[in-house]
Amino acid sequence: MASWNGTDQRIPQGRLALFSYVSVGFVVLLLIGFWKLQVVQSGHYSDLAERNGIRSIPIIAPRGAMLDREGRVLVDSYPSFSILLLRDNPKLIEKNLPAIEEGLGISHEDMEQELDAAKNEPRFMPVIVKPAASEADIAFVESHRADLPILELIMVQRRRYPHGEMLASTAGYVGEVSTQDLERSDAHYRPGDIVGKAGLEKQYNDQFEGIDGMRRVVVNSVGKTIRTLDNIDAIPGKPVQLTIDYDLQSVAEADFANGKEGALIAMDARTGEVLAMVSRPTFDPNDFAVRIPPKEWAALNSDPETPLLNRAIQAQLAPGSVFKIVMATAMLESKAVPSTYTVYCPGYANFYGRTFHCDHAHGSVDLHKGIVASCDVYFYNVGKLLGIDRIDHYATGLGLGRRTGIDLPGEEPGLMPSEDWVQRVYHHKWYPGSTISVAIGQGAVMVTPIQLARMIDAVATGGKLIQPHLLKDATNTKPEFFPISDSTVDVVTQGMYGVVNEPDGTTSGLVKLQNIEFCGKTGTAQVMGYDLRNRLGEQKKVKDNGWFVGFAPRRNPEIVVAALVQGGGWGSLSAAPIVRDVVKAYYDKKSGHFQQPASPENQASNRSTPLVATVGSGATHP
Amino acid sequence: MKERPRTQDFDWPLMAIVGAISAIGVAEIYSSTHASAMAGMQWKQLMWISIGLVGMFLISRIDYHTLMDQAPIFYAIGIVGLLIVLAIGYSRLGAKRWISLGGGVNLQVSELMKLIIIIALARYFGDMRTERLTLTDLAKVGGLTLVPVALILKQPDLGTAMVLVPVAVVGSLLAGIEWKHLAIGGLVIALLIPIGWNMRRHLKPYQQQRIQTFLHPEEDQRGAGYQILQSEIAVGSGGFWGKGFGKGSQNQLGFVPVRYSDFILAALAEEMGFIGVCVVLLLYLGLILRLVDNAQKAKDKAGMYIVMGVTAILGFHVLVNASMVIGYMPVTGIPLPLMSYGGSATAFVFLSLGLVMNVRMRRFVN
Repeated sequence: MASWNGTDQRIPQGRLALFSYVSVGFVVLLLIGFWKLQVVQSGHYSDLAERNGIRSIPIIAPRGAMLDREGRVLVDSYPSFSILLLRDNPKLIEKNLPAIEEGLGISHEDMEQELDAAKNEPRFMPVIVKPAASEADIAFVESHRADLPILELIMVQRRRYPHGEMLASTAGYVGEVSTQDLERSDAHYRPGDIVGKAGLEKQYNDQFEGIDGMRRVVVNSVGKTIRTLDNIDAIPGKPVQLTIDYDLQSVAEADFANGKEGALIAMDARTGEVLAMVSRPTFDPNDFAVRIPPKEWAALNSDPETPLLNRAIQAQLAPGSVFKIVMATAMLESKAVPSTYTVYCPGYANFYGRTFHCDHAHGSVDLHKGIVASCDVYFYNVGKLLGIDRIDHYATGLGLGRRTGIDLPGEEPGLMPSEDWVQRVYHHKWYPGSTISVAIGQGAVMVTPIQLARMIDAVATGGKLIQPHLLKDATNTKPEFFPISDSTVDVVTQGMYGVVNEPDGTTSGLVKLQNIEFCGKTGTAQVMGYDLRNRLGEQKKVKDNGWFVGFAPRRNPEIVVAALVQGGGWGSLSAAPIVRDVVKAYYDKKSGHFQQPASPENQASNRSTPLVATVGSGATHP
Repeated sequence: MKERPRTQDFDWPLMAIVGAISAIGVAEIYSSTHASAMAGMQWKQLMWISIGLVGMFLISRIDYHTLMDQAPIFYAIGIVGLLIVLAIGYSRLGAKRWISLGGGVNLQVSELMKLIIIIALARYFGDMRTERLTLTDLAKVGGLTLVPVALILKQPDLGTAMVLVPVAVVGSLLAGIEWKHLAIGGLVIALLIPIGWNMRRHLKPYQQQRIQTFLHPEEDQRGAGYQILQSEIAVGSGGFWGKGFGKGSQNQLGFVPVRYSDFILAALAEEMGFIGVCVVLLLYLGLILRLVDNAQKAKDKAGMYIVMGVTAILGFHVLVNASMVIGYMPVTGIPLPLMSYGGSATAFVFLSLGLVMNVRMRRFVN
């Protein structure tokens, strides 16, 4: 037998006992370890376990629709699906990427780019690989749930602008909430939330916004939904009724359709309700509704034509001869110049050693003829007699060089020059020669189209400065008063009636309307903004800006419309017909004879989207 | 007073503990897998246990002295087997551990090597004539152990390779290692730790990863650190009383990694709570103490070394596995004996217990 027989076979009992004690010690240590996790830190780990297995899926509340004053849909929302790629398991992504790219029609480069952009995000944050999924995409995800568990659908609400560019500058657009807003919002927003970025979308964001719902589901370790725990429905945003009249808007848009640049604002002359608002060139807000490619965004932003500008409230330009209405009012109200004041116009005049021109020799001119024929020489003299202080007083009193306070973000104030202003900005005394230019709405004076509309309306109503607004149920719209005597109103409005209806009026009777007391004032302003001209380049904008501000009827007007056609030349030819069309449409509607204009935009919208309110409900995805 | 060794002399209290642990294991395997594509796994585990019991009975019938006589041959077979695994073995989960025996049966040679090293070292220590372990003895023991360790590391299977070491360490301590050798050994290991740390670049990427995630689990949310974290979440969220059998969300939703095998203790801790863990760990302590008792009552030193070799391996498994589950040790792929699902591992446990019974049955035989 082997050699172990005969050796010392005493078992080392002591050492074996020691082994037992050590074993007991280890078990005690292990139990202490388990105690720490299971008793001391149990709450912490229970939270983690819950977060692990329960996923909260937001149910996005649809934004409220924008309706016109008669309840017709201007902007609405529709449910849509986004496809998410869950990034929990990099191996699964690697393996299935080609199949996903093929199934969803995403190029490999785009996919790589998306994944690359998210590589610093935590792994549990999914990537949106397809923001607006088609029905085929959804079918693909549904049919591959078993073999492609890394794809998930979430329902989102997208903004729809059925009429495309129509009202775009005013309606604004939506986009993903910015990082700054996210931080400021105090956890109100989550990354990726859609908020109003410009225009009414921004102004009334709180109203449009609904309250997102939440669905809590139990998911397993590969992210597959096992069951739904609970469901909090989304509360859709409220529809907002605007003062906009879709019909008048269509008419105005149609007039601007053929590449014109400029703006239009039509308001109810009594209340300040904005009936139509146009700014051209513009953009299609639908481009922003899904996810605007950075390249496109940069192009829109750097376009010298500034399509993102709302020119009705943001273009600050010389008013040209429309300003003569301020001059006439100042002359009559201040009584610094007698109402019978007459001037002989040889086609030019000399002041302070400089020659100022008129467009032709008007001969003997009184105030009425001065307005009707828009004689510059008459108002040069009136300006010289009034002085800049009086002009400034009346212009500012009638709302020029001040924001109107319309309920839109980004309204510009314009500029009404004065002695103070020159002293403050240029540190020198007012040159009396500057008054001569200001008197015909040139020089440093800059106004926005909405200011001009309000000013003309104020003059025609005896000094009531309406508060322009777009919200139908606006409560805080108190008008401002700058009293003007009735005799002044009568004289000045007679002049503006003459502009449209008298044979020697600047519109040459071209925009007369049957049975309507249509009045107005033309303006043809030299492009004075040097920096603007530089921005726009040499070849363009050497042509004058055409203005027309019209209203009807002559006393107690119901509607006031200002139109600006940039580079349009004579206001009488470029802007006045547009204003006439809108005023005519207003009266046609009143008498029930209104017909939609046959513009391409209108035809397209009629074909594709019926004017039916389709306010989305907070549906959940299957 | 010569008697025949009889199966009635099996250690029945020990078998009762083994039965209890196995039953809990089978139940938890059922709980972890019944709602998944792996449903029915508990039946396979029961089959492995049955096969293990048969193997246990068979191995207990062959006198351990006879087995030790053949130790050199077993050792040679084991080493050749490991070499074959490295040459033609087939891979699963990134490591070459199996050789196909045909008919769909795959053998994990490293499991077999555990039995062989127990027998081989028991023979070496049993052959010693003094109460002193000389440096030569230590070198020989070290060599016998480190050759298979190196081959298993090559597979790579750090866990199983490490498991062989305690057999040599516990054997040496029992054989009377000199205090100065022990002190020097301890010093060498203490010095090797920083060197090994600097050498970590030469480790396999997965090993580096595991060390890294052990040290910084939060940095790797879905890798090995994710496994440890999910295991800790399962254990911690179980609380004192547990979430109830079949009701652990971490377990049922699949967040616990390999919840039916290496991390079965985490699954149990979640569903049965601290109470369940106490029961299981005390059962294991009972198993260990009962094994030591068998060692103390062995007829000869060789028998004691066999029993303590088995004890060292099983104790090491339990210690390392339980520590891993609560994040005290890196993920090494060491299963929990008798509870973790697995054919080779379960077979090894029962065969090694067969060796223990073998020694016990013959304590009065002479």
